[in-house]
Amino acid sequence: MIRKELGLALLLVVISAITGAINPAFLSLVNLLNMANLIGLFGVFALGEGLVIITGGIDLSLGSMFALLGVIFIDLLTTYEVPWPLALLAVLLGGLALGGIQGFLVTRLKMQPFIVTLCGLLIYRGAARYYTSDSTRGFGYGDEAGTLSSIASGHVAGIPNTFILLIILALVLGVLLHRSVYGRWLYAVGKNEEAARFSGINTNLVIATAYIISGGLAGVSTVLFVFYTNSVSPSSFGNFYELYAIAAAVLGGCSLRGGEGSILGIVLGTALLQVLQNLVNILGIPNSLNFAVMGTVILIGVLADQQLQARRRRKVALASVARTTPRSAPLQGQTSAPLRGAAVVPTHTSDQT
Amino acid sequence: MVEILFELAGISKSYPGVMALDDVSLRVYRGEVLGLIGENGAGKSTLMRVLGGVIAPSEGVIRIGGTDHARLTVNEATQAGIAFVHQELNLFENLDVAANVFIGRERLVGGPLKLVDNAQMRARVTPLLERLGADFAPDTLVDDLSIAERQMVEIAKALSIDARVIIMDEPTSSLTISETERLLEVIADLRAHGISVIYISHRLTEIMTCADRVVVLRDGRTVGELTRDALSHAAMIRLMIGRDLKALHSPPKRPPQPGGCDIVGLVTSAFPDRQIDLSVRHGEILGLAGLVGAGRTSLARAAFGIDPLLGGEIRIDDAPVDVASPRDAIRQGIYLMPEDRKKSGLVLELPIRENVTLASLLNYARMWLVSGPAERKVAKEQVRRLSIKVPSIDTEAVTLSGGNQQKVVLGKWLSMQPRVMFFDEPTRGVDVGAKSEIYALMRELADQGVAIVMISSDMEEVIGVSDRIAVMHEGSVSGVLERPQFSEYNVLQLAIGHALDTVEAAAP
Repeated sequence: MIRKELGLALLLVVISAITGAINPAFLSLVNLLNMANLIGLFGVFALGEGLVIITGGIDLSLGSMFALLGVIFIDLLTTYEVPWPLALLAVLLGGLALGGIQGFLVTRLKMQPFIVTLCGLLIYRGAARYYTSDSTRGFGYGDEAGTLSSIASGHVAGIPNTFILLIILALVLGVLLHRSVYGRWLYAVGKNEEAARFSGINTNLVIATAYIISGGLAGVSTVLFVFYTNSVSPSSFGNFYELYAIAAAVLGGCSLRGGEGSILGIVLGTALLQVLQNLVNILGIPNSLNFAVMGTVILIGVLADQQLQARRRRKVALASVARTTPRSAPLQGQTSAPLRGAAVVPTHTSDQT
Repeated sequence: MVEILFELAGISKSYPGVMALDDVSLRVYRGEVLGLIGENGAGKSTLMRVLGGVIAPSEGVIRIGGTDHARLTVNEATQAGIAFVHQELNLFENLDVAANVFIGRERLVGGPLKLVDNAQMRARVTPLLERLGADFAPDTLVDDLSIAERQMVEIAKALSIDARVIIMDEPTSSLTISETERLLEVIADLRAHGISVIYISHRLTEIMTCADRVVVLRDGRTVGELTRDALSHAAMIRLMIGRDLKALHSPPKRPPQPGGCDIVGLVTSAFPDRQIDLSVRHGEILGLAGLVGAGRTSLARAAFGIDPLLGGEIRIDDAPVDVASPRDAIRQGIYLMPEDRKKSGLVLELPIRENVTLASLLNYARMWLVSGPAERKVAKEQVRRLSIKVPSIDTEAVTLSGGNQQKVVLGKWLSMQPRVMFFDEPTRGVDVGAKSEIYALMRELADQGVAIVMISSDMEEVIGVSDRIAVMHEGSVSGVLERPQFSEYNVLQLAIGHALDTVEAAAP
């Protein structure tokens, strides 16, 4: 389990070192803090996506959720002049509610997660554009949410608050996933939902909760992104961001089949993606190749991981064969009056009646 | 009736540790209906798979038209005119009837374009369907057909490849009475046209109606052959049973106590028109026998809250209990060891420790955080108590043998307080050593006052381990046997739905 994260961390260090050697600007404090900010921004919702992927599902709706919740958030603050704590609460609850609806559709109505969240992606984006008549919403010159803005885009001792928030959320979710009963259930459901159900676990509730957490974190991310860009253009805000989250989770060791992955892995996966993006800029690689570089690294990473796992499984299988063979032979010899096996084992027949 | 279509001579098939077929010989004549009967696991399906070319026999000869084969391939079997009508019908529901009949042998048009000639295929299927008296068109989607109609599609498929023998494995298990009669008519018609039918069924009445000859398998051997004039229920049952059974029974330490689990008028979704009444006392092992598909697993699933109860109730010590979900059942102390441990019993990729504590994790947690030491202690306890042979409690369950896996599932439940336990085929795929350990554990649990229901298709296990046997037939309990009445004959009589006319004493 931990080996995967170690490998990922090593990859991150090696890539950073090479990039830094080619262009020292990569390791400059300004650049590192800028990257930390982006890792924070993209890491928060990747955590939620990771939980959903561990259940064996997927959440494609995140980017559109940012757009819909984003325009509502700005409208609440500017047009309706709602106090920022209430607007923040509304966005968080909105995210939780959307996650709840998706979770309900997936678990209770047995719809496929891909379809449910794909429709979410389309619906939320459309709703955001209709609501704003496709016009960009931004803050005026007033100071509608100065406090919140300085929290969301500020920094403590130079470290961006977004990054600090990511670390806090990662710690909380890390405990939830790796130490709590819920986390254990989540993995069990992801690996074998039927066995989990036969063990008395409310599998529907476990899965729906993952979607709700993901929605809540999308609400948090919405606020962070709104203050990062200071405006929301409903047709492009958050476009493709769900794919960043899926990429980070997969790179971090989550399997789309479910039941695998860790919080540390997701954070490292997010970091690696941002390093790659940054590296494209810093090394003067044409910016248009950005996605291509990301795609290549993920492809190679997942392929390498699969090969290593297959090799490990073969080793385990060999070891268990070696372990059981010498023991099973004497065991059968010991049963002096052997009980007959399954009904297909032949015995001499004697008429009973 | 003299022409031999094919002959199996001295066929054996062994799997590691098991002889599935032992020196079986079988002849099929042209235009006859051959009944093939035997208990669950007697080797009927294995034999038919040898014939169909799906598996190769370890020994023996398959003789077709004067040529000897050591084994058949699926293609050779098809060319020899052997066709199957499967128990679980092998049809593509998303395709129409004609496409299913011609699957893999599609008629093509358009030369290099290789387009499928639907019109031609449908035209060819129409007369086949007419011959079978089917009243659906060749372009009907299989999805829209009933089970009986799908069977006709399978038979049409067999006719389209000029089958000389059609093997039907439990063809009537899901049919209504009138559909069954219709099928028997079709079989008679096939025979009149010189096509042979091998008819595998537990329903002896149907065998009586249609078979010219009956071959009985038991424990992988041919134990008898009955010609039409010698056919009778009693003769068939006598041949099907009659193995010598080892004395497995270890009696309970004390007589069953009052109280226990009462299942009253229970209706499951598998048999919505049947009711189940069953009682099991604290301290007793109740064997639940019956043919595969008699509704035993459905009963256990319903009692454990996996499937909804359509009616009736479950009482423990005369108090009705709510089993709307497995969680409710577990809260009441009702546990289930499922039939398929790999699918439903274990999360194979998780360590033994996490499997053992999966159902009771909240007991070792404070504020929802799992206490590592408490969890390890419980897992170690169960590994020791059940003598599960593993290097460590952190070993993944997937690496264990069948017997040890089963014990891990058992450990999951024994780390809590069972009151009623359902064991569904507890020793399937388990080696002999682990088997006797599991029997001993069940007895130990019963002696501690647990009420145990053991579903088993292994006759020896049912008779050897149970204190009482309830037998199910087509969704309801057809009879309950006390120990003095235990015999294969009696269990089988009840399993095929006959009343116990005269209660036979158990054979010595």
